[in-house]
Amino acid sequence: MGLFDKFQGLSAARRELGTLGIDPFAVEIEKILSPTEGIIHGRRTILAGTNNYLGLTFDPDCVKAAQTALAAEGTGTTGSRMANGSYANHRKLEAELAAFYGMRDAIVFSTGYQANLGMLSALAGAGDVVLLDADCHASIYDGCRLSGAEVIRFRHNNPEDLAKRMRRLGARAADTLIVVEGIYSMLGDRAPLKEIVAVKREHGGYLLVDEAHSLGVLGERGRGLVEEQEVLADADFIVGTFSKSLGGAGGFCVSDLPVLDLVRYSSRPYIFTASPSPATIASTRQALTKLAAARDLRARLRANYERLHAGLAGMGYTLGASPSPVIAVVLGDRLEALRFWNRLLQHGVYVNLMLPPATPNGVSLIRCSVSAAHTSEQIDAVCAAFADLRADAGIVAAELGTGT
Amino acid sequence: MNAMTGNIALDYPQIVAELKAELSRLSHGRFEIGDDTDLLGDLALDSLQVMNLLLEIEDKFDVSIPVNILPDVKTVRDLALQIENLVREK
Repeated sequence: MGLFDKFQGLSAARRELGTLGIDPFAVEIEKILSPTEGIIHGRRTILAGTNNYLGLTFDPDCVKAAQTALAAEGTGTTGSRMANGSYANHRKLEAELAAFYGMRDAIVFSTGYQANLGMLSALAGAGDVVLLDADCHASIYDGCRLSGAEVIRFRHNNPEDLAKRMRRLGARAADTLIVVEGIYSMLGDRAPLKEIVAVKREHGGYLLVDEAHSLGVLGERGRGLVEEQEVLADADFIVGTFSKSLGGAGGFCVSDLPVLDLVRYSSRPYIFTASPSPATIASTRQALTKLAAARDLRARLRANYERLHAGLAGMGYTLGASPSPVIAVVLGDRLEALRFWNRLLQHGVYVNLMLPPATPNGVSLIRCSVSAAHTSEQIDAVCAAFADLRADAGIVAAELGTGT
Repeated sequence: MNAMTGNIALDYPQIVAELKAELSRLSHGRFEIGDDTDLLGDLALDSLQVMNLLLEIEDKFDVSIPVNILPDVKTVRDLALQIENLVREK
């Protein structure tokens, strides 16, 4: 078998997309106009698939902070923190993240993907067990793979299934790392954190919660599902990203456990990569201050996603979960979803197309992500596009384990 | 006595029979499934379907099957042997 033979399947899939004249996985936003608008295929398009939950990417204070840091500290750090040194603002951001959660310390990583890769590969090793929710993000699976630990999946959002696996582990359960997410990125559903924490309390183990999609979105102060479900003290490690509600790029982990500082010395995705640029750190610090105080933005975001969710549900669409900023419309097969996605774009609405095996249960999804920066007119325009397509889409509601 | 009681270890033929039944259900009976059937090649399962197959059969054997075994699993036989090891180690 030749080196490149593995690409044959992908090549055929892309040829198929070529015959349709679209590639939803290679969309070019020719010009970005605002957190919620851009030019795609030469036309003004509403962006409803960007994860820009608080709409902070164009916030004047965040932009100014980045510009100031860019001028004062240069374009890049040109090296890793371990080999080439941390900048003072890397440490300041870590201190601010730790204070935000009321925890002992934080580590900043260069991307959200690397935050999971870095934490999981450092915390777990050969001979350890990681128990992860079956719907966890690819970065979690990849981190587990890099760790060399034994990886056991439990059924999505099923604490009883987790408990069963903990029981099977016997004495090993006490040293297990349990991994769940706040809001799951495909269907937009929340983890039953209280129940998962109860399992952890009964059997032992450590809990890592990835709040990538819930940071800034849930909880009074925006600390995510751990805050909303009042289990902050039971989360041993909280991972998050700067690239969604904080409008930058990067990732972090906070913890009250002293071991976190040692993770720096053993985490390859932390050690062997360039540290975030000064502008990125500066805009993130500013955005974090805004996020903590952004009750108004969270209220607007909630109003927006409830409006869109209600609108789509009212048209009879099958939705992945109860309202959250991630609203997944469940469609029949790949081709139907592909055509649907393309027609939405022609209607001036950009969303995400999600196909198996990236999706749970083999479903094809049209995923919308809602922003606080969307106007109610934009939400209504998105609804109108879905309504136009509803009549002739021939939608077959796929069976899905979760409710609507 | 069956696997659910946990009182008796399953042997290879029993495990293969359970696997074939589950795979037949998963592939809607479209394929003749033997010990040498290739899960990805012959049954055209994707990586997620194979991982979900593990979730389905774990309870039948009352073991948790780490996903780490998957790189070593190509055929029904490979999977059955891995499960047999796990059941024996229980």
